[in-house]
Amino acid sequence: MTAPLPAQLEANPELDRWVAFPAPGKVTVLTGRVELGQGVLTAMRQIAADELDVSMERITIRSGDTIRAPNEGYTAGSQSIQFGGVAMRQACADVRALFLAQAAKVLGCKPAELSIRDGGILRNGASTGQDYWTLAGAVDLAAKATGTGARKRVADFKAIGESSARIDLPAKVFGEAIFIHDMQLDGMVHARVVRQPNRGATIGSIDENAIRRAAKGPIELVRNGNFLAIIGDDETAVEAAGATAVNHVTWQNVEAPTPTQQEANWLLQRPVVERVFGAPDPGNPQGRERYEATFSRGYLAHASISPSCGLALYKDAKLTVWTHCQGVYPLRAALSKILKLEPSSIIVHHVQGSGCYGHNGADDAAADAAIIAMQKPGQPIRVRWRREEEFIYEPKTPAMVVKVRALLDDAGKPVDWTQEIWSPTHNLRPGAGGNLLGALALPDPPPEPPPNDVPEANGGGGTRNGEPLYDIPAKRMLHHLVTESPVRTSALRGLGAMPNIFAMECCIDDLAARAGQDPVAYRLSITTDSRARAVIEKAAAMAKWQAGAPGGQGRGRGIAFARYKNRAAYSAVVVELSVDEEIRLHHVWCATDAGLVVNPDGVINQVEGGIIQSA
Amino acid sequence: MPKTFDFSINGKPVSVSLDNEEMPLLDVLRNELGLMGTRFGCGLEQCGCCIVLVDGAPEKCCTKPVWSIAGKSVTTVEGLGNADRPHPLQQAFIDEQAGQCGYCLSGILISAKALLDKNPKPTRGEIAQALDGNICRCGSHNRIMRAVEKAAAAMRAGASR
Repeated sequence: MTAPLPAQLEANPELDRWVAFPAPGKVTVLTGRVELGQGVLTAMRQIAADELDVSMERITIRSGDTIRAPNEGYTAGSQSIQFGGVAMRQACADVRALFLAQAAKVLGCKPAELSIRDGGILRNGASTGQDYWTLAGAVDLAAKATGTGARKRVADFKAIGESSARIDLPAKVFGEAIFIHDMQLDGMVHARVVRQPNRGATIGSIDENAIRRAAKGPIELVRNGNFLAIIGDDETAVEAAGATAVNHVTWQNVEAPTPTQQEANWLLQRPVVERVFGAPDPGNPQGRERYEATFSRGYLAHASISPSCGLALYKDAKLTVWTHCQGVYPLRAALSKILKLEPSSIIVHHVQGSGCYGHNGADDAAADAAIIAMQKPGQPIRVRWRREEEFIYEPKTPAMVVKVRALLDDAGKPVDWTQEIWSPTHNLRPGAGGNLLGALALPDPPPEPPPNDVPEANGGGGTRNGEPLYDIPAKRMLHHLVTESPVRTSALRGLGAMPNIFAMECCIDDLAARAGQDPVAYRLSITTDSRARAVIEKAAAMAKWQAGAPGGQGRGRGIAFARYKNRAAYSAVVVELSVDEEIRLHHVWCATDAGLVVNPDGVINQVEGGIIQSA
Repeated sequence: MPKTFDFSINGKPVSVSLDNEEMPLLDVLRNELGLMGTRFGCGLEQCGCCIVLVDGAPEKCCTKPVWSIAGKSVTTVEGLGNADRPHPLQQAFIDEQAGQCGYCLSGILISAKALLDKNPKPTRGEIAQALDGNICRCGSHNRIMRAVEKAAAAMRAGASR
């Protein structure tokens, strides 16, 4: 019995989809994971360097295209290293084993006598004159992964576990044309979309003269059903026309969200799909103290620093798309549906955009460019959303209401915990049945997707971290998946985890106060998980936490803990803040246990960013 | 009839001929001169991605009409340095790994240069104030502050040699 292949390797078993030796001394490593500002390519290079025994400098990373890179779905959910990295490790280990076997054949020895140093084959420690590149012609990398290549032991890691400088950062510091926004294609025209305000809205009238006057340069209007775009060579003219068109195109069947709909509490009276997880409801047991509290959070935008951008070229019956989205293969499948093209006629390339924190407008901007490109064969189209467009039309993270009910024992500890959650879906990605925005304006708009949320196997959406990790004898979640929303909702950092943990940790503080206990001590008293205890204790120690220390006037400290999805990284955070006319965050101490860390500085950078963004 | 505008970019004289004298400097840099280092973030002078030096002063250029810079001197991130000859700020940002997506960094580097040109030994508060017009959405603020402090120290050490 061999161990099963990592799932991503099972799905993309041909080894030449992971590793290539394009020229003497050079290695190309392919990954389905894409750079979103999180540093994943740097970490993948470290992994490949260790498992192939080559120096990092020899390795070029190719990432996120539908030509050859592995299909790993989405770069999302903090899973790139946990799953994609594990697949990369095994793919490289299998490749290394194939080369060692071939070298043994050539040298007439046993593979066990051989090792590899920076790509060169050593026999009992001495150079053999053979290396990856001399052997490459005789090794069939189209072979399928077997999972039998021995992965490095942790003790033998060289690159993994050492901080490695980001490979993409120098180009960004020197202002190079590294972003999708900077791409220039021969004959490229710029485009802005005059957005359909909502599904079902139809164009009434277009004051073309007013739009042309505002453009102050040549522009062309391109229309397909209720999909309307402005294109032209001069981006300044196209941008001006796009901005003014909002006021010079009238729409019928417009639905504007009301102020009430924008409140989280509006969700409480909406149609829902009911889902129940966990222990049966205990009813109303006698003699147990009851605790209840309700929390809510409004809709949030990703607000990436640059608006979404997409490029497309339809030429010789092939569509090529450039996008900063999180999943090139799911985007290709979605484009194939709306454009009625075979997936084999579409190539999607990932190009870096600005920081991405989930499902933003990237897929939609790519689809906009593709829709226009289909009407303008041979002409490369560059769509860049306007800032206002980005804020209005990017998918939002849903508002949520979270109600916690707990039953307490005589010592004030929870013995029964209910987390009741109201939330619209956290996943309307194109790969999960969600629609590409532009498609809704086409003559044959796709239907609404059925109510759906991220499956529990992937960590859940509204239910993410809805169950406390604490030692509580009975826990349950009541999930009201709200099937109506005033705005399109989808994935943003942590999905439901943020409101769920916020609610849960506020309650834990309340319960500690009721029991007359220190918040750190109370948490430790209901936590046996040793890794959880370790981060709580470490954060408290770093902050020199003192039980019962009096707060200052309006100044105080607090602690919170979570394990992401209850099965990934552990974190505990102590904050010191003051509350006056404004809330001021003075200091944050954070202890994180992310398991085997590939690039320690990368993890620190991400954790720092997460803290600042959520604060 | 196109109009001609003369100014200098990164120390070199340039001349652009444009029908639209209102064209923002950002569009001139990116689309007429091919200098992609200065980024578009909002087009509303709110995010700081497009900050350049105009006669030494940091200015957002996404709505600045080209006519208003005629005869002036513009410095963009490309004018600071390159991989072979990095500016101390660029080197410090790499050393401190000060960035995540990096989209905001061009504007931040220029704001920081403007500060250090005037004030070689800024306090943390002064650095924060100088960068107040720059948004970093990824949350690299602490690293950016450290990098500016480090660059300032390196520049002072260089100047005293």
